[in-house]
Amino acid sequence: MENQNNSEIENPKSEIRIPTMAQMAAESKEPEILFWVGCAGSFDERAQKTTRDICKILQHVGISYAVLGTEESCTGDPAKRAGNEFLFQMQAMTNIEVLNGYNIKKIVTGCPHCFNTIKNEYPGLGGNYEVIHHSQLIQQLIDDGKLKAEGGESFKGKRITYHDPCYLGRGNNIYEAPRKALEILDTELVEMKRCKSNGLCCGAGGAQMFKEPEKGNKDINMERIDEVIAINAQVVAAACPFCMTMLSDGVKNHDKEQEIIVLDIAEITVRANGL
Amino acid sequence: MIAQIIFGLILITAIYLFSKNAGKIRRNILFGRDVNRSDRRAERWLVMAKVALGQTKMTKRPVAAIMHFFIYVGFIIINLEVLEIMIDGLFGSHRIFSKPLGSLYGLLIGGFEILAVLVLVACVVFLARRNIVRLKRFRGTEMTQWPKSDANYILLIEICLMAAFLTMNAADYKLQALHFGHYIKAGSFPVSSLIAPILSANADTLEITERVCWWLHIIGILAFLNYLPYSKHFHILLAFPNTWYSNLEPKGEFTNMASVTNEVKAMLDPSFVPENNGEVARFGAKDVTDLTWKNLMEAYTCTECGRCTSVCPANITGKLLSPRKIMMDTRDRITEVGNNLDKHGKGHQDGKALLDDYITREELWACTTCNACVEACPVNINPLEIITEMRRYIVMEESQAPPSLNNMFGNVENNGAPWKYSNADRFNWAYES
Repeated sequence: MENQNNSEIENPKSEIRIPTMAQMAAESKEPEILFWVGCAGSFDERAQKTTRDICKILQHVGISYAVLGTEESCTGDPAKRAGNEFLFQMQAMTNIEVLNGYNIKKIVTGCPHCFNTIKNEYPGLGGNYEVIHHSQLIQQLIDDGKLKAEGGESFKGKRITYHDPCYLGRGNNIYEAPRKALEILDTELVEMKRCKSNGLCCGAGGAQMFKEPEKGNKDINMERIDEVIAINAQVVAAACPFCMTMLSDGVKNHDKEQEIIVLDIAEITVRANGL
Repeated sequence: MIAQIIFGLILITAIYLFSKNAGKIRRNILFGRDVNRSDRRAERWLVMAKVALGQTKMTKRPVAAIMHFFIYVGFIIINLEVLEIMIDGLFGSHRIFSKPLGSLYGLLIGGFEILAVLVLVACVVFLARRNIVRLKRFRGTEMTQWPKSDANYILLIEICLMAAFLTMNAADYKLQALHFGHYIKAGSFPVSSLIAPILSANADTLEITERVCWWLHIIGILAFLNYLPYSKHFHILLAFPNTWYSNLEPKGEFTNMASVTNEVKAMLDPSFVPENNGEVARFGAKDVTDLTWKNLMEAYTCTECGRCTSVCPANITGKLLSPRKIMMDTRDRITEVGNNLDKHGKGHQDGKALLDDYITREELWACTTCNACVEACPVNINPLEIITEMRRYIVMEESQAPPSLNNMFGNVENNGAPWKYSNADRFNWAYES
């Protein structure tokens, strides 16, 4: 088990190969890009599916990539948003040491929080990398003609809406990349009343994910799902594991699991391509 | 001659008093910690031109944007007229610009009149939105009696100023027709000519009307100038520097605290010698003086429009947090700190602080850091920065984070993840499907 953790994994069921940096380094190889999985992507059961789907996409288009495996650690984002700058910088500096040790140049993340933190907050602490979110990777692959929407599940006739994660949208002005992945689906992309720079938070940001909400008259994710219901969307596309949790819970609490499905941009891409 | 002297004295007093009060606000702002916001100048001018001058962030709410635009343009352009009034007042002339400007003068005065009507319309609409329609945005716990009255006073003063301006022109127009005294033929009066019939036909009465309105208009403007430092209306001045000093980094990026970097580096590497050994008062913000001068400038720039609060997910769902309140509390507290200094001299402690006496912990912990408030602000105010600084104080100085967040900190510290999973299991996702 210990040994397996830091070497290439061949997953017999899904037939994806997941190389680790440690193994690459042992072979004196450097991957084109590091896939930063994130804590949710590593531990949360629902987010793990997205993680595997991002790997499938990377493998499908033949990009040389690797993950850190057990050498990865929390970016420190939730600590920083909650005010614990000490813990954040401890995490950041430890991670930067690992990343710089492997001579990492380019990173793709599966989470807007990791993306924002590594891209914007690590440079000041000595971590300079080209960082993209997986929705940007998918957009680039579509633009380069390497990724299409064929050979898999058809989304034709489905009403799809996209929920902007705060740290991708307002936080970093990325609104079009994830929509690009939906536009090629030959489907109807409908926008919620509050979208793009006006998008409503799912309620998980700022470390809210790890605490009970303050007293109020409604949960934020329920407010968001009301908007999904208002436009009769059948699929809600997410691009953040925390939004995924909040939106899925919202759908469940509204008893709308039969009508509304929440999927990550990566999952939709994998389904549309039958990967 | 006496009139000229009186005018000169009023003008000097008004400018002196305004400078004194504006100077106090400047002093209060500079109580804040230093932060460098003078880099990337070209970009800053552009942001100011777009956001303050061009009002681009107002367009998200079209009705308010159009009405506000009328008042804004009216205010700036009609102030050209004020220049003439000043010169006339000091030198005893009458419509001094009419000769050198020729036919352009008529066009200008006519334009001012149309703008004055648009300003009037906008003010009436704004009063109705606040007092009859009672938009939700203008209500809320922080909108107590004074903020509500302040808003109404501003609108009423503007209505009075425009009414005086138009009545003055109407009387002038009639006097010109009568070829009375020094009332030379000057200007065109598309609007005031319509209200002229209401005025007396007697030339003496008309002259008194014209003079009274002239004085009301200019004294009104000078009084209004002196009202600004006590009012949310101060935004007409601070909007410009406030946008110039905007945060130019992505909104998602929070500052890395240099004081913490030094300590963390020293912990990880005992041989590390910090470059700057400047004393750090405290981590984060307990009181307003722990915030940066930019935070404090923003507090004085806030015009309490409530766009931030109306998009705040916490506020929408009934939580206590209101970003507008954060800004208003910060302003009220720094004003109090300044007043204490004036009254009791240096070193006086009133035993109060921004945290707990103004802003409660419940408000601070309700924030999702989603940046909706920052995005919504038409003059680039950032309530999130203040919230974060106060969280930093609570967590790093007091260790008083909510217990669930302390658990999360513990997990990150021990297992490298916010949940209680072993780091050894971090790669297990690869085996499952």
